Amino acid sequence: MSEHNPFPDEGNTGHIWDDNLRELSNPPPNWWMMAWYASIAFVIGYGLIYPMIPLATSYTKGLTGWTAIGEYNAAIAEVEAIRKPYEDKLAAMSAKDILADNELSAYVEASGKVIFGDNCAACHGAGGSGNSGFPVLADDDWLYGGTIEQIQTTITNGRKGMMTSHAGTLTEAEIDTLANYVVGLSEGKVDEKGKALFQSKACFACHGMDAKGMTAMGSANLTDGIWRFAAIDQLASVKRTITHGVNAANDPKTRNAEMPSFKGKLSDADIKKMAVYVYKFGGGK
Amino acid sequence: MSEKKIQDQSLEELYAEAHEHTINVGDVKIHAKRMGGKFRNLKWASNLLWLVFFIGPYFRLGDRQAVLFDIPHRQFHIFNLTLLPQDIWMLSFVLLFFAILLAVVTALAGRVWCGFFCFQTVWTDVFTWIEEKLEGTPAKRRKLEKAPWTAAKIIIRAKKYFLWLLISLLTGVSFTAWFTDAYQLWIDLFTLQASSTAYITISMFIAGTFFLAGFLREQTCFWLCPYARIQAVMIDNTSIVPSYDVKRGENRGRLVKGKPTSADQGDCVDCNQCVAVCPTGVDIRGGQQEGCIMCGLCIDACDSVMEKINKPTGLIKYASWDGIMGKEELPLFKRPRVWVYSTILLISVIGVVVGLSGMESLELKILHARQPLFVIQSDGTIQNRYTLKVLNKINEDLNITISANNEKFKGLILLGAEKKINALHGTVTPVTIFVKIPKKNLTETSQSIVFTVSGKDKEGTFYQSSRESVFIGPKR
Repeated sequence: MSEHNPFPDEGNTGHIWDDNLRELSNPPPNWWMMAWYASIAFVIGYGLIYPMIPLATSYTKGLTGWTAIGEYNAAIAEVEAIRKPYEDKLAAMSAKDILADNELSAYVEASGKVIFGDNCAACHGAGGSGNSGFPVLADDDWLYGGTIEQIQTTITNGRKGMMTSHAGTLTEAEIDTLANYVVGLSEGKVDEKGKALFQSKACFACHGMDAKGMTAMGSANLTDGIWRFAAIDQLASVKRTITHGVNAANDPKTRNAEMPSFKGKLSDADIKKMAVYVYKFGGGK
Repeated sequence: MSEKKIQDQSLEELYAEAHEHTINVGDVKIHAKRMGGKFRNLKWASNLLWLVFFIGPYFRLGDRQAVLFDIPHRQFHIFNLTLLPQDIWMLSFVLLFFAILLAVVTALAGRVWCGFFCFQTVWTDVFTWIEEKLEGTPAKRRKLEKAPWTAAKIIIRAKKYFLWLLISLLTGVSFTAWFTDAYQLWIDLFTLQASSTAYITISMFIAGTFFLAGFLREQTCFWLCPYARIQAVMIDNTSIVPSYDVKRGENRGRLVKGKPTSADQGDCVDCNQCVAVCPTGVDIRGGQQEGCIMCGLCIDACDSVMEKINKPTGLIKYASWDGIMGKEELPLFKRPRVWVYSTILLISVIGVVVGLSGMESLELKILHARQPLFVIQSDGTIQNRYTLKVLNKINEDLNITISANNEKFKGLILLGAEKKINALHGTVTPVTIFVKIPKKNLTETSQSIVFTVSGKDKEGTFYQSSRESVFIGPKR
């Protein structure tokens, strides 16, 4: 930096390097200054309108009193307002009437997705596709009945399957015969030896003489191709079910099959919606 | 010579050359002189095209506006044609067409859009016309600009701003009227019932028009407009643009009465009329430059002077650089640009034509349910679930029947399509249906299945649409 300023009249700052490289003091461009003032004006305007400065225990609220949660609540209220006419109608109607009403059942189909996703899909899969150990809801095979009322009852009260463990009462050979008989039934074959055993061991008491199950007890239909405990090796799966039962006390290897009650967890209206929603998967009767 | 000295010398040359190029940054207001002439008349004629913008929204077709871009209802009505969001892909072809049209016109004849059709040019032209009517010639205007704010000046300026604002308001309302019912818009505006969107749009247009055409003017073309830059690179030596015939004009020199001109003096008498009339304030004699919007007003000015001094007109004329330099000009069909641009133009036109002719009145889209892909029913049939989206583009609701290609699948049962379905007009109606096919009749895991929707309107015209989807069964 030079002490002597060889360019005294051009308004430089006096910072000069290498003889002639010097720092000038020019004002910023006009557009830049205008943008700068405009941003200051913006901040002032923003501070007046919106919450801005945090105080010790509070904050400046701004003229509009806007808050993020307020905006969220307003948006929710807006959605609720759109839903209200439908929800009001739903509340007064039975699930069956809702199903018969095109507009309302379409509403349920559209709005029920979230409730199903939050409460049902974890076990039954999105779209009621079922999961290993959890029934498919989209087919027409129902343990406890597939009418709209029965579905509603199932959701409201929950269900708990029961089948005694036969590990102590049947020999391994008998279990083998019965399992083969039952699997054969679903394929349309009737094994007379198995049939005799089915009757003598009182399987019919729960599954019925025709082995088609009883809705009142929730016993499975053994003649169709749909299995409550479906597996790639269906024979082995059936053997296990016969040996250890379903929810049988004192048998640690028993099948677990329990659906919780949604009474109190979901509102009555939501349970009704879910009944309609499940019915419309395509299996309702 | 030391290295430093060489540097200094070339720098000086650079500065000397740069001195010739004045850059218009808006520090001096351009007051262009108005003059009659061929291009002036042409400019008025092209300005008139913009009347369509103002009166277009008031035409009716039946009970609706003939051309209406109805964004809230997601429908564009262009006379008899109704476009729904599904047809918007055609817009890309329309945009491509105009983009390439801009390119091809620019390559052949320069910035025709800028000079004659651009709203910035047209509105500025009208605004300055009003200015001239109220404030007088450019000399008077400059004087008024410097004059103190007397009552007379305030009255003149108030009148001018009022008229400008009026045009700006009309511009805003007219723009808005293309997107909503024009007559209703006026009623709503007068009763203060219009939507906030309308008010915001109109006020933005008022501010934009008033500021851009009233004050920013040619600065917009210089520093804001991207087209100006894009168009400038499309021009080459063969483009026919307003040019100064430098061979004939130079050396320029003033005519002095009674004194013969020297032998090396050209036809340019340095009267500066071409600069005086230029709305962007450029000197065309400096050659092609970014500020030139190619409106041809300098041609009018120069021709009138040439006539006065009994010299042939056309010292400034529409000509290519090659033409001015006396080189042979390539015929149109030998220029690769023409071929490339024309091909793209043709493709975009074909795209729009194919799109318009292929538009079905009834359209079908099918969503095959993913969860689950299929369901085994207790009777051994396989069930698939589909959501059919029926788009009805005719002007009335349609009762439609849904069918599938039963002949391909033995024992196919269609559930949910027993009754006719009411497809509302101008929108998509979703229908959920189930298809059941016995497992033993399925030959593959995934097979194609074709759905058809059909219906008749009140006059008995038959509409039909088919679409392919898949039927999925268990792994085989």
